[in-house]
Amino acid sequence: MCGATQGGLTLDGIDLTTQTVIQGVVVRAAESLPGAYVRLLDSDGEFVAEVATSATGHFRFFAAPGSWTLRTLAPRGVTADRAVVATRGEVAEVTVILG
Amino acid sequence: MSRESALVTADWVQEHADDPGVVLVEVDEDTTAYDKGHLAGAVKIDWRQDLQDPVRRDFIDQQQFEALLSQRGIGNDDTVVLYGGNNNWFAAYAYWYFKLYGHSDVRLLDGGRKKWELDSRELTDERPVREAATYVAQQPDLSIRAFRDEVVDAIGTRFLVDVRSPDEYAGRLLAPAHLPQESAQRGGHIPTAANVPWSKAANDDGTFRSDEELTRLYEAAGLGRGTDGGKDTIAYCRIGERSAHTWFVLHELLGHDNVKNYDGSWTEYGSLVGVPIAVGDEPGSG
Repeated sequence: MCGATQGGLTLDGIDLTTQTVIQGVVVRAAESLPGAYVRLLDSDGEFVAEVATSATGHFRFFAAPGSWTLRTLAPRGVTADRAVVATRGEVAEVTVILG
Repeated sequence: MSRESALVTADWVQEHADDPGVVLVEVDEDTTAYDKGHLAGAVKIDWRQDLQDPVRRDFIDQQQFEALLSQRGIGNDDTVVLYGGNNNWFAAYAYWYFKLYGHSDVRLLDGGRKKWELDSRELTDERPVREAATYVAQQPDLSIRAFRDEVVDAIGTRFLVDVRSPDEYAGRLLAPAHLPQESAQRGGHIPTAANVPWSKAANDDGTFRSDEELTRLYEAAGLGRGTDGGKDTIAYCRIGERSAHTWFVLHELLGHDNVKNYDGSWTEYGSLVGVPIAVGDEPGSG
């Protein structure tokens, strides 16, 4: 398992026995999109965290087990919501495709 | 204080960035963000390296602050416009810091870096050259900074506002969900603190909500109206940066008089021996 990668982001240094990881990539027009903003909302729609996507369009959150929504904001007023279920010890991989 | 004197828009920055006496300063949690691109003319302050004492857990002192601003070419009469990522968390933290050391004209760019980027406005990697200045800081204004003993005494008496996410407040998470879960020894919140997440004060694009919306938000949580109808307030979060954002809203936008930021916040309080802690979604009793 050491050094294994899923969805392009390395899990080196992350203890999956204690962490609940949600990660993935934002894609627009078949290209990964850097500089988009991904917000993690809880099951009540409350904001929990936000990250900007990396140079390769990737993002990662350390969450808790449960149901979450990923809200992605990109230039030109583009937004997209994606539901995701996270489980401790597993990596929830999400590809957000923007229209 | 008011919205007009504390906040500027992106359009204002584009019109006034080159004015003499206006200094743009980027402050980020991701301290590499500036190096990848910043607003033209902006200098960088690294919230960790530049604003924290390298040994003790505390601020840099008055002399260190003077040296920092002098080196960055910032004078006492300059209009300092702060902005950053993370919806201006660390820019608001720096704003509070500038106020603590008595800088008279400091403002936040509404929406910070995110709004600027989402508007597809220009960024540059060119670093400005600013001549060193001679900055004179005031004694720290402790009327806006709370320490742990005061916070313990405030349980059940003052308006304590925990601005972290509901899961952090309840003790289900120990840190914001984009950071590894390493933090205080215990989870939960200070008994009697209301939970008003900082994010409720901001729109999705990072700009602040209107004064009317903000007033309603904190009234619903039990805080009266500023300037004199409010209660003495202490805001906290995990390390004091999100609560600086809420301090900015209450003290600078809504004009509440007695609002302090507890920068020790949950990483200190949640590791103290013997203090009361409430867990779950309710404030708990004092």
